[in-house]
Amino acid sequence: MRPRPATGRKALDLFVRLLSSLGAMIGIFFLVWILGEVIQRGAAAINWDFFTQIPPAPGDAGGGVANAIVGTVFMTLIATVLGVPIGMMAGVYLSEYGRKTKFGEFIRFATNVMMGIPSIIVGLFIYAIMVAPMGYFSGWAGGVSLAIIMIPVVARTTEDMLTLVPNSLRESVLALGAPRWKMTIGVVFRAAKSGLITGSLLAVARVSGETAPLLFTALNNVFWPDNLSEPTSNLTVTIFNFAMSPYDDWNQLAWGASLLITFGVLIITILARVIFKEVKTR
Amino acid sequence: MKLQKILKAINGDSIFKAIAVSMASIIFIIMAGVLISLFIDSKMAIDRFGLDFITSNSWNPVTEEFGAASSIFGTLVSTLLAMLIAVPLSLIIALFLVELAPPIISKPVGSAIELLAAIPSIIYGMWGLFVFAPYMSEHVQPFLQSTFGEIPLIGALFSGPPIGIGMLSAGIILALMILPFVSSVMRDIFKMVPSVVKESAHGMGSTTWEVTRKVTMRYGIKGLVGASFLGLGRAIGETMAVTFVIGNRHGISASLFDPSNTIASTLANEFAEASEDIYMSSLIYLGLVLLVMTLIVQIAAQLWVRHINKQMGGGL
Repeated sequence: MRPRPATGRKALDLFVRLLSSLGAMIGIFFLVWILGEVIQRGAAAINWDFFTQIPPAPGDAGGGVANAIVGTVFMTLIATVLGVPIGMMAGVYLSEYGRKTKFGEFIRFATNVMMGIPSIIVGLFIYAIMVAPMGYFSGWAGGVSLAIIMIPVVARTTEDMLTLVPNSLRESVLALGAPRWKMTIGVVFRAAKSGLITGSLLAVARVSGETAPLLFTALNNVFWPDNLSEPTSNLTVTIFNFAMSPYDDWNQLAWGASLLITFGVLIITILARVIFKEVKTR
Repeated sequence: MKLQKILKAINGDSIFKAIAVSMASIIFIIMAGVLISLFIDSKMAIDRFGLDFITSNSWNPVTEEFGAASSIFGTLVSTLLAMLIAVPLSLIIALFLVELAPPIISKPVGSAIELLAAIPSIIYGMWGLFVFAPYMSEHVQPFLQSTFGEIPLIGALFSGPPIGIGMLSAGIILALMILPFVSSVMRDIFKMVPSVVKESAHGMGSTTWEVTRKVTMRYGIKGLVGASFLGLGRAIGETMAVTFVIGNRHGISASLFDPSNTIASTLANEFAEASEDIYMSSLIYLGLVLLVMTLIVQIAAQLWVRHINKQMGGGL
């Protein structure tokens, strides 16, 4: 075989190397650009009133989004309280009972497919089964729609984390005569603790930035959420409404709310990763 | 006797398993419930428009004529644009992270790219509307127009006023949003290729690019396709970012500069205005079309990934 000259091949190799470094830089460039704009424009809106006042009347200056912060926290809490236990138990089934069974395979498949269902469709579903029959938009419906988005995410991460626990640990607990449920909760859960916390935190981070499902369920409100059986204020829909409005002050508040939600979500995400990494390296 | 047997069977374990099974079943019940409830609520529109809904291009709430063609077209084109940008970009990023960069660089860069996935979709929308679209209209679009505008056929893609808001901006932002997912799966696939195989190619005197193209990519081609499928599934139903920047105009146009709409953006935008029953029903019908589209993509992707896992014997 005649050897090919190396110059052309090396030049091509160098070109691809440069191109791929450029690709990575493009990714980082957009991350920095987006975060930079959010910080710069959002910081201008952040002050004491921002956290303590409700939005001003259209066209008026001042005010804040305190009601939306409260609403978002409430709905995320409802979603967590509903979604995490259901998702975890489903994950327990997938990992402890349904690892090789037909039904387990089927549920695993359904869970993966469900993770890919657009969140706006989940909103439509809750509108159809909760909002339309009850006759009003509500914070409860918003919380439930977020919970439905959480369930498959928590189920899959729980399964993954429990699968990492070695079987010898399970066997040794069962050999001591402990029932299976005690083994699962007392030992397997404990062994996978940090992974479970990470999975739940990531799910919380994901839903707290969701907007689309809330449009059809919680809607929005410019007043304090007195009870959750009425349209409930929340940060993301507030951003949407205020950004689309022609008033500069509302646009400004939308940027402030964007800063708040972005960093809330980023901090939870990074926290989750750090918890997981710490245990992995230990 | 029978009762005693039953009572004996009820213990901590059977209760625990029953709870686990029922919670797992809830996932399937919800999925089936979503499909059924959308079907029931769109019944009125299905009866009135039938399957012509998909091919009809009219959307007129006043005369109550509804058709999904422009929304479906917009969904497909914006997703296609996103894929055209995100797949090659993800590929070279994954290549950079696995093959080229030393660990001290690839770790932080990899985490930074993954952070793109943590930014909520509405933030992409805010940035897209207030920062990116103006930039597109002032710099990128005039440039594209002056470069490609005169070329027949291709020129039509870049015709019309460069207002920034439209299909092109939506496609680019969608690409950014799916980039972290696609590139992280591709990175895992590159890592799964046994180093012995790569080393032997290096030993023959191949350059890094030759090893990548002829060994790594060939070894992992099915996985790369699977990764692209996952990105496709995400892009197709993305709502908020697209709603902010696509312009929300019903109509099919050849130009990528023109405002357009997708199924998800139409839902987000018009749901609050839908006072007539048939209007609401048509919107839910639109949602049903989107759901069926995503189900097809998701199921195909899952079957594909499962097929690869069996073949490669690894977790994806």
